[in-house]
Amino acid sequence: MRIVIAKPGLDGHDRGAKVIARALRDGGHDVIYTGLRKQPEEIVRIVNDEDAEVLGISTLSGAHGSLIPKICDGLRKAELGDVIVFAGGIIPESDRNGLHSLGVRAIFGPGTPSANVLDFLMVALERRNEGKPIGVGDDLGWHWK
Amino acid sequence: MSNHIELFDSARKGDRRSLSKLLTAIESGKSISGLPNPNWTLGITGPPGVGKSTLIGRMIQHWSSSGEKVAILAVDPSSPISGGSILADRLRMGEASLLDSVLIRSLATRNHPGGILPYLGQMCSILSECGWTRVLIETVGSGQSEIGIVAFADRILLVDGPDRGDIVQSEKAGIMELADIIAINKADLSNSKASFASVLEALSLGEDGPIPVHLVSAFDGTGVEGLIAELEAFQPSKKKVGLRQLERLIANWNSLLLTHPQIDSQIENLCDGSITIREAITSMGTSMDFGGDVNDWQ
Repeated sequence: MRIVIAKPGLDGHDRGAKVIARALRDGGHDVIYTGLRKQPEEIVRIVNDEDAEVLGISTLSGAHGSLIPKICDGLRKAELGDVIVFAGGIIPESDRNGLHSLGVRAIFGPGTPSANVLDFLMVALERRNEGKPIGVGDDLGWHWK
Repeated sequence: MSNHIELFDSARKGDRRSLSKLLTAIESGKSISGLPNPNWTLGITGPPGVGKSTLIGRMIQHWSSSGEKVAILAVDPSSPISGGSILADRLRMGEASLLDSVLIRSLATRNHPGGILPYLGQMCSILSECGWTRVLIETVGSGQSEIGIVAFADRILLVDGPDRGDIVQSEKAGIMELADIIAINKADLSNSKASFASVLEALSLGEDGPIPVHLVSAFDGTGVEGLIAELEAFQPSKKKVGLRQLERLIANWNSLLLTHPQIDSQIENLCDGSITIREAITSMGTSMDFGGDVNDWQ
């Protein structure tokens, strides 16, 4: 799959994003890394121009509650509702349901084995192939546990 | 799911989503027939770490502020083991991701034996038809497959760094024959002038006439305007056009050979000595599958 790994906001730490990018590459995916400090609008533009099927958002700054909704809304407005969105970084348990209800299909915290991310993508692809909701613009009932 | 002809129609009307989807369709083997040659294309290559992407960032700034629309096809190698790739060139191209006049598309060489992307000519033509007035193909390295990639452009810029100069010495027979202009980047570093002088000296020994060499700094912008002016004014010689057509032909030909349905069995036959190279070529040549669309390759 074509996957964009994005670093939104002012957070300057991208070790996690790079580890995930490498793991996804080793899993056979094409990974496009945006670099640091991208605005939500820039991330939507990159997902469009690269025609990515998946967007992974990495955030460690605590700004996930403001940035991720903007990105998800931006994708839907840009007719990119079929893009599968997941997130990673420092995201407290108490915030997770809120993000799921906005369109984030999986959230991976520190220490997640990279195999879990690959498993999620496999399941996501299966759902897509079976016509089940999985994109950010689809019904938001399902998320990875 | 709209088909690629419909995508082309709306991409030509300026729909960016359709253009992006169309490039994916072309990548997966679709083609548009009857496309004219692209208006203005530039291939950029050179060793890793010499600052190609940063230099392109400067070019983007220059062209987008003078009203041009710049599209960049950034070709990155795929891992030979997993088939995956990390396409990170765009992160060094600066703060251009939000401009309507800039489009960056990353391309992996995966699924393409020998790193050859036979559809690059199609992509350049499509971008040109959709109003992109500056189409750049960027790739890393200076080997045969990189030559096959940048040869799809009408002018080729070779970028080298100050502490290297090796490209001039080791690649004389390859990329040096095709390069139209050379940029020695990182003029902000102290050893760049010596390196620039040694490149000029090495080139003066060549028999093909002088290749313009520019000392530039993508970091602080020194010399970049002059380089761009030379790229703009450049007209390829007849000999170079011929060489480039030869490289395009080789790239397409290799791609056909490497994707030939008999390739594995012919290799086996060659291994156990049951056929000769000549017989393998004859056998595959008569059954080469040119597909429905190969006439449209450029």
